[in-house]
Amino acid sequence: MKRSLLYIILIITAILCLLPFVWMISASLMTTGEANVFPPKFFPSKITFSQYQNLFSRLNIARYFINSIVVSVGITVISLFVNSMAGFAFAKYRFSGQKNLFKLLLSFMIIPAQVTMLPLFLMLKYMGLINSYMAVIIPGIASVFGIFLIRQYLIAIPDSLIEAARMDGASDFQIYFSVILPLAKPILITLAIFSFMGAWNDFLWPLIAMTNDSMYTLPVALASLMGEHNQDTELMMAGSVVTIMPILLVFLALQKYYIKGIMMGGIKE
Amino acid sequence: MREKNKFKLSAAYFFLAPALITIFIFFLLPVIAALLMSFTDFDIYSLGNIGYAQFVGLKNYIDIFNDPLFWTSLKNTFYFVIVGGPLSILVSLAAALLINSKLIQFKSFFRIVYFIPVVTTLVAVSVLWRFIYHPKFGILNYLLGFIGIHGIDWLGNPQFAMPAIILMAVWKNFGYNMIIFIAGLQNIPEDLYEAASLEGASAWNQFKNITLPMLAPTTLFVGIITMIGYFQLFAEPYIMTQGGPLNSTLSIVLYMYQEGFRWWNMGYSAALAFILFFIILIVSLIQLKIQKESYI
Repeated sequence: MKRSLLYIILIITAILCLLPFVWMISASLMTTGEANVFPPKFFPSKITFSQYQNLFSRLNIARYFINSIVVSVGITVISLFVNSMAGFAFAKYRFSGQKNLFKLLLSFMIIPAQVTMLPLFLMLKYMGLINSYMAVIIPGIASVFGIFLIRQYLIAIPDSLIEAARMDGASDFQIYFSVILPLAKPILITLAIFSFMGAWNDFLWPLIAMTNDSMYTLPVALASLMGEHNQDTELMMAGSVVTIMPILLVFLALQKYYIKGIMMGGIKE
Repeated sequence: MREKNKFKLSAAYFFLAPALITIFIFFLLPVIAALLMSFTDFDIYSLGNIGYAQFVGLKNYIDIFNDPLFWTSLKNTFYFVIVGGPLSILVSLAAALLINSKLIQFKSFFRIVYFIPVVTTLVAVSVLWRFIYHPKFGILNYLLGFIGIHGIDWLGNPQFAMPAIILMAVWKNFGYNMIIFIAGLQNIPEDLYEAASLEGASAWNQFKNITLPMLAPTTLFVGIITMIGYFQLFAEPYIMTQGGPLNSTLSIVLYMYQEGFRWWNMGYSAALAFILFFIILIVSLIQLKIQKESYI
């Protein structure tokens, strides 16, 4: 009795989580105007891909898709190296001021990114980088959270592995590259998903840094499309599907690592 | 030994350098520059020639305190944080308790489904919900029609616009904190509950006297990250309402964006950003203090 009540609540919640997406996908397959009816239709009378054709042929969405891919992959790859190196240094080396430096970095996490955006915009403008991929990639390179996550993971790895490699004459960089990186693979995958998703979904900074139409990422393009086509429900739903699908697939493929990462970040120390 | 240590030291700096240099140039310097900027009248003319910017002391801050639009944006943001934050956390906790229940199977299935709104792009979700909230054709009003509620103009009515944004935020975000709560629940030693059961404690008493106190550190963590995130409300009103109707969803970050990047009043905008930072700082400190006092 109690069990079936729990299941009913869980299933209703699951339906509420998925229903908006079901409607989104089905509206994206309707002909123009078909989604603006009462009562709302949950299935197209005849499936059509014309909204998607419109997006790709007339509205240049392939370009925005590529922009999003370049920026997100760029941030993920670069930040993985930068943060894993720093996390390694904090976990396995002893230097003066180490504890305080780490604490200082952690305290930065409370500063909202919006505080940096005005000077950052001016800086990148003077460097001629506004409307370039670098403008979006650069602020995403180093992440205190990433350094923290890697440090926590590496601390648990026994020093003897490093000492053994050193005995064999490996340099510090070789140790990092061929001992630490392979050992840290699970946490690196976790961090890669975090970075990729964060970059793919990011809106405010790309909105500021990409003022030229051809450099828009998908969220920025979608927002600007919304301005012109806010009555074209079916078209906007197709745009939303194109924006959401890649990230959803990445999540479903790698969700085990992602959820583990959140649990690790949640249980501190 | 000494020799080896020295060698290690230079390596440590080598590994730290890329991260520290980027954080210094592209994070710390801009923070300091923003603080300085907030004491200037940096505007669209200074954008072309930085020499036009003048130090004006606290003028921006004084102007902000006399700016009714700032107080509106502050009120709206607090509305979102104070109502939306606890509501999100309650739903997260309830979902975590449900999924963690021993009676339930398919735990990972539910976990993944509840998590899907979290990973999807906020801008796309806001676009989607704009249509869900459509007064005539939206599925929300259609569903509400079955329980006799009709014709709410969710995003067009100043009274309903912020609740609509909160509802969407709860739907979008509860899965994240739910995962953290599940981790917290799994860390509570099973024998505490066994001992309590032996002494005949009811389920409610076990929840109140074991689960809640043991979850306190998790709740604090969840409370702080949720609050920090919610103070930065931006994309939802930008996409769904443009801050309207009648500025009822204008948030601090949206106001800051408009002042800084639409009107190029960058000095004024920087001051707004710092006020946001100080509010977040103070509220975090208060939360930490309350937590310390009630659980020592």
